[in-house]
Amino acid sequence: MTHRSDAGPAPVLALKDISKSFGAVRALRDVSLELFPGEVHALAGENGAGKSTLIKTLAGVHRPDAGQVLLDGEPTVFHGPADARDAGIAVIYQEPTLFPDLSIAENIFMGRQPRRALGRIDHKATHASTLALMKRLGVELDPDRPARGLSIADQQIVEIAKALSFDARVLIMDEPTAALTGSEVARLFGVVRTLREQGSAVLFISHRLEEIFRICQQVTTLRDGALISSEPIDGMTEDDLVRRMVGRDLDELYPKQDVDAGEVALSVRRLTREGVFTDVSFDVRRGEIVGLAGLVGAGRTEVARAVFGIDRWDAGEVELDGKKLTNGAPSTAMAAGLALVPEDRRAQGLVMDMSIERNIGLTGLRTTVKAGLMDPRAERSRSLDWAVKLQVKYARIADTVNTLSGGNQQKVVLAKWLATGPKVLIVDEPTRGIDVGTKAEVHRLLSQLAADGVAVLMISSDLPEILGMADRVLVMHEGRLTAEIPRSDATEETVMAAATGRAAA
Amino acid sequence: MADSALARAVRWDTVVGALLIVVLLLSFGTVDGFGNALNLSFLIGNTLPIALIALPMTLLVVSGEIDLSVASTAGLSGAVMGALWNEGMTIETIIPICLLLGVVCGLINGLLVTRLGLPSLAVTIGTLAAYRGIAQIVLGSDAVTDFPTQYLDFASGRIGDTFIPYAFLPFLVLLAIAVVALHATPFGRSLFAIGANEEAARFAGIRVKRQKLILFTLTGLMASLTGIFWALHYASARYDNATGLELSVVAAVLLGGIDFDGGKGTLGGAIAGVFLLGALQNVMSLQDVSAQSQIVVTGVLLVLSVLGPRVARQISVARAGRRAASAPTTS
Ligand SMILES: Nc1ncnc2c1ncn2[C@@H]1O[C@H](COP(=O)(O)OP(=O)(O)OP(=O)(O)O)[C@@H](O)[C@H]1O
Ligand SMILES: [Mg+2]
Repeated sequence: MTHRSDAGPAPVLALKDISKSFGAVRALRDVSLELFPGEVHALAGENGAGKSTLIKTLAGVHRPDAGQVLLDGEPTVFHGPADARDAGIAVIYQEPTLFPDLSIAENIFMGRQPRRALGRIDHKATHASTLALMKRLGVELDPDRPARGLSIADQQIVEIAKALSFDARVLIMDEPTAALTGSEVARLFGVVRTLREQGSAVLFISHRLEEIFRICQQVTTLRDGALISSEPIDGMTEDDLVRRMVGRDLDELYPKQDVDAGEVALSVRRLTREGVFTDVSFDVRRGEIVGLAGLVGAGRTEVARAVFGIDRWDAGEVELDGKKLTNGAPSTAMAAGLALVPEDRRAQGLVMDMSIERNIGLTGLRTTVKAGLMDPRAERSRSLDWAVKLQVKYARIADTVNTLSGGNQQKVVLAKWLATGPKVLIVDEPTRGIDVGTKAEVHRLLSQLAADGVAVLMISSDLPEILGMADRVLVMHEGRLTAEIPRSDATEETVMAAATGRAAA
Repeated sequence: MADSALARAVRWDTVVGALLIVVLLLSFGTVDGFGNALNLSFLIGNTLPIALIALPMTLLVVSGEIDLSVASTAGLSGAVMGALWNEGMTIETIIPICLLLGVVCGLINGLLVTRLGLPSLAVTIGTLAAYRGIAQIVLGSDAVTDFPTQYLDFASGRIGDTFIPYAFLPFLVLLAIAVVALHATPFGRSLFAIGANEEAARFAGIRVKRQKLILFTLTGLMASLTGIFWALHYASARYDNATGLELSVVAAVLLGGIDFDGGKGTLGGAIAGVFLLGALQNVMSLQDVSAQSQIVVTGVLLVLSVLGPRVARQISVARAGRRAASAPTTS
C-alpha cells in the first residue's frame, strides 16, 4: 500500500492501521496514511467515507479505537487539539468553530495573543497581525468585527487565517474551499504553494475534483471507511479518481434537461436593502433554472434572504405567481410556495440535536397534522420518503443530525425543503460539501424539478455548476445585478468579468 | 433497540419520577403524620400554585425564555381581587377582570421581549418589581379575607375524606391540555425548535415572535389564575401573596429536566419535579425544619437540577462510547 521506497524523506505525520467506530458505524477501518514535507496530499471519498473522522483522529479530537499516530516516525498520542497544535499541526475543520461574540482577531489568536508587559494582551499587535493575514489571503475583513453574522465563506476565511497564523509543519484542511469562489480559492492555493515550498506537509479535502488536480501531488481515497488507494496524482484522470471513490463510473455531472420556460413564477422588482444590495430586478419562470453568480460578499445570499422574508427590504417588491409577498414574513412566503435552502446548514438549515425525522418534519408542521395534532405516522413517512430519495446515509431516522457527515447533513436540509413541494425553489450553495456522485444526483433532481414546472434560483460559488445547470446566469457585483447572460453565452470569462465589475454587459 | 432502552434508563425526567416515588414511599414509612389523607391533601393543595405556573413556565423554558414576574402577577391579581371585593363587586365579575389583568401583564412581558428584543430574564426581573409595586399601591397593607364561603371551600377543601383537593381536578385537566400542547401539536414542536436553534426555526417558516408572545400571554393568564387560587386557598388577599414563588417554580421545572438553554425536556419531568419539591417541603415542615433551612434546600436542589441532567447525559454518552469500543470488529 505504501507508495515509496525507503530512500525518500521520512513522513512528518502518519497514521498506521487506524480504526474508529461510532456505535455501530465503522467510520474508519485499518486506514494508513503518510504525509511528507513539501507535498500536498488529497483525501478523497464520498460523503460519510470517513475523511473528517480521519482528520479529527490526526488532530487529537478523536482517539482511535485501534492503530497509531506517528509524529516524525514516533508513536504519539494527542490528548486533544491543543497537543496537536503544539506539535505544529494546524487544522481547518469542515464546520467553522468560531466564537460568535469574539472579534475576528481574537478568534484567530485565541489563547496565544501577543502580550505586552505584565501579560496584558497587545491588541495593536493582534490587530496588525490579523490585517497582514487578511492581506495574504486577499480579503478585506475588519479584524475587530465580531464573528457573529459572518457569511459561511467569510467564516472559512477566518478559519484559514487561524490555521495560517502560526508556522505549521503540517496543514490539514477539511473542505476549506466549499463556500469560496474562484478568486478566493486561487489566493488560498497561492498560500498553500508557498507553504509547500517552505517544506510543510499539507492534507487537503475537497469535493471539487478539479481543485485536487490543481494543487495536489498525491491522493488517498477512502470508501466506507476503508482505504482504497494511495497514489501519485500524475497520470490520473478525473474519471479514475471518481471510480476509486464511488466504485463505479459516474453518470453525467450536469444532467441538464432542456425545458421550455413557462410563465413568470418569481418576480423581483427594484429590490433594495440599504447598504446591502440595490435595485435588484429579475424574473424566474416556471421550468427555468436561473443561476446567481458573483464573488463572495456580492450580496447574493442577502437577496435570497430578503426575498424569502428573513430580512426586510427597504424598497421594491416581490411577487410569486402574481401575488405580492409580505415584507419580512417567511411563513407567508412558504405558504405561497417559496422554499429557501440556506447556505449555513448548521446555523440556519438544521436543529443539530434534533432527529433527522423531526428536522425534515419542521417544514411540515402545517401538513402532517390531523385534527390539530401532529400525525407522527404521516411525519415519519414524509421524512423517510425524502431521506431515501436523497440517499441520506444514516443509521436510524430518529438519530440526531449531528451524527451525520457534513454532506449528509446537507442532504437533510435539501430533503426538508423539497418535501414542501415548492413552486419556487431558491437554493443557496445546494451542493456545498456534497460528493461528486451525490452532486450529480442533486443536479438531476433540480433538473427534474424544473422539468416538472418548478422555478429554480440557484446561488453557487461553483462556477462549473452554474455554467452546467443554469438556463440563464445573473451576476452580482457589490450589491447590484451587473449582467444577465443566456446559457449559450455563459462562459467562465463572461461570468467572471461581470462578477469582478469588468463587464460591458 | 437495547441502546435506546439504556439511554432512556438514564434520562433525567425518568430519574426525577423515580426519585419522587422513592421520597413518597420513604416518607410513608418513616415520617409521622405524612401518610394520612389530610396531610396528603395539604401537600397537594400547597403545591398546586407551583404546579399551575409550572405548566406555562415549562413551555417557556423549552422555547429558551423565562418569566420571573409570575409570582408578582399572581400577587397583583390577588390584590386587585381584594380591592374590588372591598368595592362591593361580585366575585363572578372580579375573576374575569383579574384573569384579563394577567393577560395584560403577560402581554407586556411578551411585547418587551419580542418587539424590543430584550432578554426575558432582564425584562421579567423588571416587571417582577413593577407588578408587585402596583399590587401594593392597589391594596396597601390590607388583608382581605371575607370572600364567599363556597369559593373558599372549593379552593381549600377536599373530596370527602380522600387526599384529593377539589382544585386538583381542574389542574389535571390543565395538565392534560399542556402535555398535549407541548408534545403532540405543531405549536409544541415549534417550541422545541425555537429553543434549540431559533435561527433555524425562523428559516423553517416558524413565526418565532408570535409563538413567544402567545407563551408569555398564557403565562400571565396562568399566573393570575394562580393568584386567585392562592387568595382563596389561604383565605387571604394581600399585596405580598406568593412572594418568591417564581424561584420554586423555576427550581422545580429545572429539577424536572427542562434544559435552561432551551430545546429539551418533558412536561412529565417538570411536574414530577414540582411534586418532588412539594413533598420535600411538606416533609420538612412536618419535621419542624425552619423556613430558612427550607430555602437552603430549595437552593441546593436548584443547583443539583442544573447539574443532574448534564451528568445523566454524560453517563449515557460514556456508555455509548463503551458499547462502541466493545462492538465486534467484523462487519
Ligand atoms: N460523532 C459521531 N457520532 C456518530 N457517528 C458519526 C459521528 N461522526 C461521524 N459519524 C459517522 O461516521 C461516518 C464518517 O463520517 P465523516 O464525517 O468522517 O465523513 P466524511 O468523509 O467527512 O463525509 P463528508 O464528505 O460528508 O464530510 C459517517 O457515517 C458518519 O455518520
Ligand atoms: Mg467531512
